[in-house]
Amino acid sequence: MEKMKVLAEWTYVPAKPFRGYTGKTLKVNVGDMTFQSKDVSEEMKEKFTGGRGFGLKLLWDSVKDTTRWDDPENEIVISGGPLCGVTQYPGMGKFYAVFVSPLTNQTYDSNAGGHFGPLLKFAGFDAIEVQGKAEKDVIVLVDADEKKVQILESPFDDVNAYTVTEALHEYFGKPGDINDRRFVSVVTAGKGAETSYWGCLNSSFWDSHRKLPRLKQAGRGGGGTILRDKKIAALVVKTHDLSGTANNPADVGTLTRLGAKLHNEILTLDAEQCRMRTVGTTHLNEIMNEYHLLPTMNYKFGQHPDADKIHSEVYGKMFTQGIADGCWYGCTMACAKAVDGFTLKTGPWKGRKITVDGPEYETAAGMGPNVGVFDPEWTTEVNFYADHYGLDTISLGTGIAFVCECYELGLINKEHTNGLDLRFGNKADILELLHRLGEGKDEFALMVGKGIHRMKDLFADHFGADRDVMERIGMEGQGIEVSEYVPKESIAQWGGYFLTLKGPQHDEAWLIFMDRVNKQLPTFEDKAEALHYFPNFRTWFSLTGVCKLPWNDIEPADNATSYPPQEAAKVPEHVQNYVEVFNAVTGKNIDKDELVLQSERVYNFQRVFQLRLGKGTRKYHNIPDRALGPVWADEWEAREEYYDNELKATGIDPAGLSSQDKCDRLLKKRREQWEELVDAVYKRRGWDKNGIPTVKKLKSLGMDLPEVVATVEKYAKPEDQW
Amino acid sequence: MKNTPSRRTSGSSLVMIIVNGEPMEWEEGMTVRDIIDGKRYVFPLLAVWVDHVPVPRDRFDDATVPDGSNVQIIHMISGG
Repeated sequence: MEKMKVLAEWTYVPAKPFRGYTGKTLKVNVGDMTFQSKDVSEEMKEKFTGGRGFGLKLLWDSVKDTTRWDDPENEIVISGGPLCGVTQYPGMGKFYAVFVSPLTNQTYDSNAGGHFGPLLKFAGFDAIEVQGKAEKDVIVLVDADEKKVQILESPFDDVNAYTVTEALHEYFGKPGDINDRRFVSVVTAGKGAETSYWGCLNSSFWDSHRKLPRLKQAGRGGGGTILRDKKIAALVVKTHDLSGTANNPADVGTLTRLGAKLHNEILTLDAEQCRMRTVGTTHLNEIMNEYHLLPTMNYKFGQHPDADKIHSEVYGKMFTQGIADGCWYGCTMACAKAVDGFTLKTGPWKGRKITVDGPEYETAAGMGPNVGVFDPEWTTEVNFYADHYGLDTISLGTGIAFVCECYELGLINKEHTNGLDLRFGNKADILELLHRLGEGKDEFALMVGKGIHRMKDLFADHFGADRDVMERIGMEGQGIEVSEYVPKESIAQWGGYFLTLKGPQHDEAWLIFMDRVNKQLPTFEDKAEALHYFPNFRTWFSLTGVCKLPWNDIEPADNATSYPPQEAAKVPEHVQNYVEVFNAVTGKNIDKDELVLQSERVYNFQRVFQLRLGKGTRKYHNIPDRALGPVWADEWEAREEYYDNELKATGIDPAGLSSQDKCDRLLKKRREQWEELVDAVYKRRGWDKNGIPTVKKLKSLGMDLPEVVATVEKYAKPEDQW
Repeated sequence: MKNTPSRRTSGSSLVMIIVNGEPMEWEEGMTVRDIIDGKRYVFPLLAVWVDHVPVPRDRFDDATVPDGSNVQIIHMISGG
């Protein structure tokens, strides 16, 4: 590759991390080509901790109340957090990207593994803000080795992820030394992200075993769409300043001790627990099917006789075994599985032999049973191209599942789809739709890529499709597609998905087992308590740069016998590990209650941020019928005895009713239960009837910052107090 | 583990245990594994309490469940 032209440059002295923080953030404006470094205050650490917290704080300071996703002042803020880059304890290489989302026009946070988060910190910055819009494609480079930040003219005609990532690892690595490419990490999107709102951010890491770059995705929310809207082909960070103590932690001994304990647990117990080291998260495929939770044909069903074809053992045979597949150093969980030597059968790279990252469970389910396909080879091809084009596989799966059901119901037809027969299971035409999304020219594909929320409008306006039917079956909330678990069997999971800050993603609370199978949450108050604790506990991962998986996809051998059932589900020993790891890195002295408090501060701040952007009230916590229960007769008849009992439990005798009548009556009851759940959750969270945090609540958290209180006071109404 | 004698008094009458709040038919010699298999609980991270006493995972195959027991089979949260 020819030498890239420097459009703007700024020199700096990289700050060394001290106890997990560098104390500096970087702001790059690709519109006016300016650079700025800001100090991180003690108050910022106290209130926002790091990671997503820092992202939200910096974004708050940079946008207006009226900012929408494609306004130049919108930003992508990427931040790891104080534990990001720890190598002694597994799963500590995550970054969190925060932005105003094209799908929801409110804040969104999305996380990725790979090396970008740790390398950014070791290059001197706790966060990077990218703002403005470039006139032509650029690359932003943070180069700690040369002590400079540059905006470079992009040489790429093809901006798809693997093309750009492979070239930039080579370009910025030392010539003649392939292993030097591990000191580089790249964030890209792809061509599909330019026209779709499903754009993902691909974060790379150099795989020293395979000698190639791998991609992990901050998939959700449309971050990649914003990257391309700003005409950024890639963000690049480069530093050789790596070591096991690069965070300069307060207590390395404790980190080493705790890490060794968890490494031992993983190495001795994973094979009999979740098998993350051999099959990654695909171990969930058959489990979700068994419990009627595997989304099948747009979440109509939760189980399918062909599910054996996507069993984790099938994927396990496709994944290359015996390689340490961690996406950051020191992660023995090593769940970043890959398929090597895969020959692509379609698309622009047809015939090329490549390595595919994943598929992980969400992709295996979403671009699998949810679109009526049970073919791991096909899903693997889809996974590669989705990443390459910069498209989120979850929104893709749920979005295309919606399209397929619309097609089968006759709401849209082959004329509308420009010749594609989009019945469930039609692999060739669904894959062709993906390629059209990637190319960004086909009119129908352009509509699909805007997401279900907008597809409902577009299909109604352009094709006369029945709006009411689409509202009932479109699996989205707040503008973004639901991730890949069937929620209709668990009242608590309605909240786990649809009472979230940013829309239905499973990273706040996954309560289906607790609620539906274990029967641990019998009352609305019990469900509300879980919908308070788990979102707040899990938010903490996003503040500190930590992967959720080593928390509860492995558990100590005596976890189940050492605690009562309600406590055991929290994996108390691992929670205590996190407390001690945090203290060992930062030198602070928090306990498990303070840990949740750190999260609750940011959780409520983000809720107020949504309010500031004109969202964040009860009417945006909407839930479609399909998430509440069976909508059509065939869904009911697939589990007739089960649903008849559900109806009986509400006091309605199903005898003599048609299946469709039964669906309608159960849904009516469940919608009443939904409203009851919303009330209970809002009360427990310290929010008013309209879902707005009260000033009293903010004060109790120490988050009664003047601008936050002013926002609440602007929108809160006396009649909404309990 | 509590060893409650069977309350079965006649060959024809059903005796029950409670599993996660729901009644389940009990059989002589029933083990924790029998219940897990009967319920098709395939999830690997299960924690079991029989009458509030925890049963270690390595004893699921041979730990018998007395008639009338209250059994909790807790699926830990994974995935997500």
